Amino acid sequence: MSKVLVILEVAAGKLRPHCLPGITAAAQLAAKIGGELHLLVLGADPNPAAQTIAQAGYGAASVLTLAAPGLEPFTAEAWGDAIVHAVKVTGATIIGGSASSTLRDALPRAAAVLDAPLASDIVQVKSANVFTRPVSAGRALLDVQVNAPIMFFTARGTEFEPAQPGAPVGVSPLPAPQVDARGVQVKGVQKTESSRPALTEAKIVVSGGRGMREGANFKVLEQLTDLLGGALGASRAATDAGMVPADLQVGQTGKIVAPDLYIAVAVSGAIQHLAGMKGSKVIVAINKDEDAPIFQVADYSLAAKWEDTIPRLIELIKARRA
Amino acid sequence: MKILVTVKRIPDPDESLKFAAGGLDYSASKWVPNAFDEYAVETALRLAEVVGGTQRLAEVIVLSICPENQRQHVTQFLAMGADRGIIVDADPDKLDTIAVSKLIAAVFKKEACDLLVAGKLTQDNEGNQVPQRVAALLGLPQACFAAAVEWDQTGRALNVSREVDDGVETKRIPLPGVLSVDLRIVLARSVRNGSTPATHAYNEGSRLASLKGITMAKRKPVAVLKPADLGVTITATEQTVAVTAPPKRKAGQRVKSVEELVEKLAKEAKVL
Repeated sequence: MSKVLVILEVAAGKLRPHCLPGITAAAQLAAKIGGELHLLVLGADPNPAAQTIAQAGYGAASVLTLAAPGLEPFTAEAWGDAIVHAVKVTGATIIGGSASSTLRDALPRAAAVLDAPLASDIVQVKSANVFTRPVSAGRALLDVQVNAPIMFFTARGTEFEPAQPGAPVGVSPLPAPQVDARGVQVKGVQKTESSRPALTEAKIVVSGGRGMREGANFKVLEQLTDLLGGALGASRAATDAGMVPADLQVGQTGKIVAPDLYIAVAVSGAIQHLAGMKGSKVIVAINKDEDAPIFQVADYSLAAKWEDTIPRLIELIKARRA
Repeated sequence: MKILVTVKRIPDPDESLKFAAGGLDYSASKWVPNAFDEYAVETALRLAEVVGGTQRLAEVIVLSICPENQRQHVTQFLAMGADRGIIVDADPDKLDTIAVSKLIAAVFKKEACDLLVAGKLTQDNEGNQVPQRVAALLGLPQACFAAAVEWDQTGRALNVSREVDDGVETKRIPLPGVLSVDLRIVLARSVRNGSTPATHAYNEGSRLASLKGITMAKRKPVAVLKPADLGVTITATEQTVAVTAPPKRKAGQRVKSVEELVEKLAKEAKVL
């Protein structure tokens, strides 16, 4: 039976939640080809995390592990080698997962070595080999047919539901891979410390744009964000100007988000920003410019200065909750 | 040191799209260089030049896969300061990602380059995979989505800050290697080569061609190769079978006050 392999990412012995939509996309593909779904955990010691994941099963046939010291910390070089190895020993014909910076980095390497195509950032599985993917900053949706014995995909997290836990399954270790980091050294990831939910997982996102003028002014947006229990985002103009860290950028080249509520404050609404948020359920735009393009996608538009509106908005929400 | 930079022309992203049966119609489009490729050329030039001196630390070669007679973007990058050009004469829309990556890898090998600098994606197709594929085909290390790079000349390596989902990763790659660049690589102090004074602040963005550069561009050599010259067989594993416009959002409403906004969010949208 043909196999679909999902590459998972784990942290502190647990599955990273952003991987769940990738499992759903893979399960849909497995159903279309009448194949089996397998989950793959890689690392120096992947077994503990794999056991936890296997308890939830997520509708897969098994959880596979690949262990090698060179797989941690993550490098695209070593992971690329390990994924090629996994494809060879399992005979998987479809390999993929959620479109994270990790898989965007590593999967094309494995695909190249296997002479296989990769459909990136898919938003819909149309058939066993036809995928929908957005192009040109989300202004068009292409249906791409892929014809090859082995193919790869990455799935956009906002477009597939997170996979739900199911019956427990077994864990099978695969023979250890030979991995070669090709001389690279990873000196660590400088994380943006935050007690807020991850931008791509939050139910509410509050974003600030160029009109916030300086980083200190984001304080008021942080208050609103925390009051709502949401995540803070920003437009490219705000991150480029150094008002907030780059990983808060929402847009074509930043994070793609689709929360229940997206509040854009002093964001003009360039095409490249809209590409990252127009899948949100309810969009609120607050901008002093009556003609700001953001108003064309907003459900509720308020033409006003943030200096006047945001403190009042905070007051009113507090009052409702009191 | 030889730096190869891949560049592509794309339909102007500021023009509206024309939908046709089975694809997008670009026949009347204005063509412009992909912005990420402009940043890649800028990165290569900052690595190669010594600000305040005349020395060049590297040769910068721009490579484009395009019909031979549609090379305006290559000339533009030569005017910006690249030393010479290579064109692989083919219609990139008829090649799949596999073939494009193999052609680039073949040129890198043929020229015995030390570094490939590429944009992280093209604004039209947004594939985000060619630099990674080229690195794998050549068995080289890669640093993708770079926001800052420092060239360690004595150590023959690059120290790269790359943007990942939860922050910034610091990765050191030995050369030869592959670098894919993100937006912030063109900020004032993102590129350091160890020879330009560390205090130097560049103008943000990619540089404009000077008049002298435009005149000189016409005299710079541009080699034209065919895919067959590079021993690459063209494959077609990907085919666009349909294209649609994304569903439009329902027209929204204007509210007059914060009070009205909160009322509507609570009672109508039910999100508060």
